[in-house]
Amino acid sequence: MNRFDYVRPTTVAEAIQALGSDASARFIAGGTNLVDLMKYNVEKPGRLIDITRLPLGGIAEHEGGLRIGTLVSNADLAYDARIQTRYPLLSSALLAGASAQLRNAASTGGNLNQRTRCYYFYDEGTPCNKREPGSGCPAIGGVNRIHAIFGASEACIATNPSDMCVALAALEATVQVTGPDGDRAIAFADYHRLPGDDPSKDNSLKPGEIVLSVDLPARDYGQHHTYLKLRDRLSYAFALVSVAAALELDGRTIKTARLALGGVAHKPWRNVEAEALLQGKPATRESFQAAADLIVAEAKPQSENGFKIELARRAIVRGLEQAAAGTPQNQSDKRIQ
Amino acid sequence: MATQISPASGRDKFVGSAQNRVDGPAKVTGLAKYAGEFTSENLAHGYVVSSAITKGRITAIDSAAAEAVPGVLKVITHENRPSVAGEAEAYQDMVAPPGAPFRALYDETIAFSGQPVALVVAEDFDTARHAASLVKVSYEAQTPHTDIAALQDQSYDPPEKRGGIKTPPKPWGDASAAFDGAPIKVSEQYRIAHEHHNPMEPHASTVVVEDDGTYTVYDKIQGVANTQMYLTNAFGLKPEQVRCLNPYLGGGFGCGLRPQYQLFLAMLAAQDLGRSVRVVLTRDQMWSFTYRPGAIQTVSLGAEKNGVLQSLKHDALHGTSQFEDYQENVVNWSGILYRCDNVELTYRLSKLDTATPGDMRAPGAVTGMFALETAMDELAYATRIDPIQLRITNYTDTDPVEEKPYGSKALKDCFVQGAERFGWAKRTPEPRSMRDGKELVGWGMACGIWEALMMESSAKVTLTADGRLEVGNSTGDIGTGTYTILTQIAADALGLPMDHVTTKLGDTDLAKAPVAGGSWTAASSGTAVMKACRNVAEQAFKLARGLEGSPLANVDFDRIVFSKGRIEAAGDPSRGVALTDVLKASGQDRIEATETANPDKDFAKKYEAYTHSAVFAEVKIDEDLGIVRVTRIVSAIAAGKILNTKTARSQIMGAVVMGIGSALHEESMLDHRLGRFMNRNLGEYHVPSNADIHDIDVIFVEEEDKANPLGVKGVGEIGIVGTAAAISNAVFHATGKRIRDLPITVDKILAA
Amino acid sequence: MENAMLIDSGSSGAHAKIGITLTINGEKREIEVAPWTTLLDLLRERLDLTGTKKGCDHGQCGACTVLVNGTRINSCLALAVMKDGAEITTVEGLAGMAQRQGTNTLHPIQEAFVEHDAFQCGYCTPGQLCSSVGLMNEGHAKTREEIREAMSGNICRCGAYTNIIDAIEDVMQGAAR
Repeated sequence: MNRFDYVRPTTVAEAIQALGSDASARFIAGGTNLVDLMKYNVEKPGRLIDITRLPLGGIAEHEGGLRIGTLVSNADLAYDARIQTRYPLLSSALLAGASAQLRNAASTGGNLNQRTRCYYFYDEGTPCNKREPGSGCPAIGGVNRIHAIFGASEACIATNPSDMCVALAALEATVQVTGPDGDRAIAFADYHRLPGDDPSKDNSLKPGEIVLSVDLPARDYGQHHTYLKLRDRLSYAFALVSVAAALELDGRTIKTARLALGGVAHKPWRNVEAEALLQGKPATRESFQAAADLIVAEAKPQSENGFKIELARRAIVRGLEQAAAGTPQNQSDKRIQ
Repeated sequence: MATQISPASGRDKFVGSAQNRVDGPAKVTGLAKYAGEFTSENLAHGYVVSSAITKGRITAIDSAAAEAVPGVLKVITHENRPSVAGEAEAYQDMVAPPGAPFRALYDETIAFSGQPVALVVAEDFDTARHAASLVKVSYEAQTPHTDIAALQDQSYDPPEKRGGIKTPPKPWGDASAAFDGAPIKVSEQYRIAHEHHNPMEPHASTVVVEDDGTYTVYDKIQGVANTQMYLTNAFGLKPEQVRCLNPYLGGGFGCGLRPQYQLFLAMLAAQDLGRSVRVVLTRDQMWSFTYRPGAIQTVSLGAEKNGVLQSLKHDALHGTSQFEDYQENVVNWSGILYRCDNVELTYRLSKLDTATPGDMRAPGAVTGMFALETAMDELAYATRIDPIQLRITNYTDTDPVEEKPYGSKALKDCFVQGAERFGWAKRTPEPRSMRDGKELVGWGMACGIWEALMMESSAKVTLTADGRLEVGNSTGDIGTGTYTILTQIAADALGLPMDHVTTKLGDTDLAKAPVAGGSWTAASSGTAVMKACRNVAEQAFKLARGLEGSPLANVDFDRIVFSKGRIEAAGDPSRGVALTDVLKASGQDRIEATETANPDKDFAKKYEAYTHSAVFAEVKIDEDLGIVRVTRIVSAIAAGKILNTKTARSQIMGAVVMGIGSALHEESMLDHRLGRFMNRNLGEYHVPSNADIHDIDVIFVEEEDKANPLGVKGVGEIGIVGTAAAISNAVFHATGKRIRDLPITVDKILAA
Repeated sequence: MENAMLIDSGSSGAHAKIGITLTINGEKREIEVAPWTTLLDLLRERLDLTGTKKGCDHGQCGACTVLVNGTRINSCLALAVMKDGAEITTVEGLAGMAQRQGTNTLHPIQEAFVEHDAFQCGYCTPGQLCSSVGLMNEGHAKTREEIREAMSGNICRCGAYTNIIDAIEDVMQGAAR
């Protein structure tokens, strides 16, 4: 871990000022990802700005939905009564992730900005375009069973590891940020980005910006939802494939469908065509299979992760079945509903 | 036959019962100290810089930036290290395989990924770690070769055999002809991935320089005698200059058998700087030394339609390093578990550009028995015979290789009791015939076998004037419960309550004992403690009988009992004397004895000694998604006398958990282009988490064995052997898909 | 600025330490720390509280679990300076917690771990214990399955998992009686 300045502002303005134009400065809240990366010398901040004393906690009613402060811990968010009642999909996704200890420490904003678990990204002894732009991507043709099947580029095949973000994508949350140029709102689908030829950037935050809150819209999918996470052991592991499914039904007819996949792309993966395909269709296995087929049609395997395509296809169908039946996946009972 | 040494108390009170760990309070309060937790005045901290390449040489090391960091004492590299022993033999430890052991910072050669290339020593840990990131190493890299499958045609029979490891026996009969002629045939290839031990405690050594110039060394090792031997040879020291301790070990599983490079580096730095040094490896660096070598095996079984084996062939290939020929017994088990007239067992190595692999819990048996016991299940299906019945059909009470009977083999009892507890009779054998909602249910079984070993071991026992007993030797309690069982044995031997007995372990100042491994510690150290206690009892009795007006004046030793701190005439407690009074009246402050126990050669001439098990597994697998849950394991164990039913049960349960890991989770993944293990962390190298473990039921069947006076055979490894095969067989039963490649991950289930 | 922002110039070298106050196992301590020192390293290297273990140093094993203001976290990923003002309980303090509650010399969970043989090598044990107490403080996990899941952030390589769950259930049932 390198040497750095430590700054502990008490207002957002101070925090932004402290960040300034220093590209090596980083905000820190829970630290569960940043300190981890610093110990691997992947992150070498010149300055750490401790934002835990900023007034950015709490969950509040907001325009019919809820506004989640960036400092709300993953545990507080998951167990918040309003979240559990109105946005159970988000609660479930959070509880599928990490461990109780990590959820107690990790913040909402930190989870949003957590970085990939690609082995090569973490290993300073190997090249990585995300860590050192232009150095290459040995994950292509290397050990890549955990890597992306959607939206990858020749520069990077890493995935976003968050569970929370998959649910937020399906719920169509909005990320509120502020920075030197003032406040702005970023639609969740636009927040994370695909690697393209610049995989060093995970998201669309501009230099100097800080996440203030994540806003949940009024539409909560409280009845028909699930977060189904498939992984190499039954807990405390990142997703090979995960599915956040959210439906509004009119009888057995699908009024609205939202679907996001985790563990398969550089960002939570949505396919609006598949969602549109489901709209107005009966909530049957046939409809779900059609949507799944449409989604995986554009999947591209790497040398070791071709299985994820079929796994994703099946997981989408099961996830939609769980959501339609109103039997969301229980994150403690490991039997898949 | 072994001399029967009965406890002088006349009965077993604690031995054979369920006792809490005597080191429990220390461990639950955080007071138990591990190798990297001892400290001293002026302690310096070393941090290892690891090689970024796998094969080649260092062309330059630039330490200037690191050395400029305030608090950095020195950056030690091959260019500036102090002089150490030059010949490779000096680095051979007690359990080293044939070859030239790796020597850290010896020269510019890089032989494996993650090899230490520098040690940064600083005033504190943070500074050492930071400075280590500033050391710039330049390399000239060569192409590494780490893919065992690609190197099959370069395999070889190791010219020098590793001591203590059985080599494949000469073939008997004509296995090929018998296979060709057999009506039922199974011949398949089986694979197991590279596994790393990953004990929870990373490797660590603290070398304390004492005022008199001697060293006190706390090392993560499964036996401090090995640490001492290694240091004396490598650094030209005398044993009396190096006291080595390791009272607690945060898990070993075999990776603590050999001294690892952090020990060498800590001593190197301590000598160089003349001050105490601690070196702790990172979790990442735990992938830079020993591992269970992945293997490619072929098992061919030929049988009559009634299941009688006609031919058995088992071939195994695994990797070793370029500089040592690590060997383990992979295939011999196939020759001794079943009776067969035509057997051919072969075993080969290939050189890889990795660190030397090493013993990991039930080395060889985990690998070989996965292949054999999966093949036996395939044969059960091919012959349509129940898997248990097939094993009984081919049962043997004699070792077909040595042509000697087993001293004891209660495997049939394991079948009966295990099947009963598991409910095996309710199994419908057809694959995919049992289900529970969306999940397919699979029931599988397999056998386990491991050697019942004993090694020469000494123990010292001291009875002090306050009536308390101290017991000790240099072996380590690696979590196995050795402190507790030796306390039980000693308490029973002298009729004392357990809290009057203190057991000390893991210190070269104590009586010499071997490393803790091979499941031999209970037999070896236990027998030594028993003998030493007997000696103390005889001395105490002589003193008691010689006392003026002794109530035991006319009683012989075989007519007395030790009970509740007294020596009494058998059957007449009124004739007796307290041990404290004996010492007081005879003017002695202590009675002590050191005894050495050895394996019984007479027994070994007549009998073979093995532990056995029958493992039953239930899996539930989501039919669509292929996610496997191991919902139930019943492990029925025949391991002779069980000294402590509580800690022994934990040993088996823990081994079963590791077996589940081996079956479903564990795989160190190599990028062969780089020759580098890529998932070098506990987030991506999956060992079972709590959520992965459901019901584990352990049965100890009764088994009387006379290989040693205690009748113990050891329980450290047997619980893992066969577990992976039982699970893979259950996966087949559930799905109809035979997966012969561990770990059984979801991709393999979907692909099969 | 109303509150003077705390600024440390860490890159200026060895003098870059910051004064913080921690209450550790009931004892209030004023400590100077470098900003890059983790809570785990502070406990183990500076305060000789080696009961808290370093297993992976990356939040992937749980051996370093401590209670911060009663909440379980991985102390390896927490910078000590960021915990300024917090109450820390480590395994060394669990017995003290029991004593303050007037129950026993050991915390009930410590006794239950010994009784159920919920450990072997003992290295993950302090983390398991603190995690168990944190779990009970949280009050979310009630069934055996829920406890298993909620304890999955603590890896035990010796495989004492089922005994650990037995011990926790025992204490939870005892508390409920």
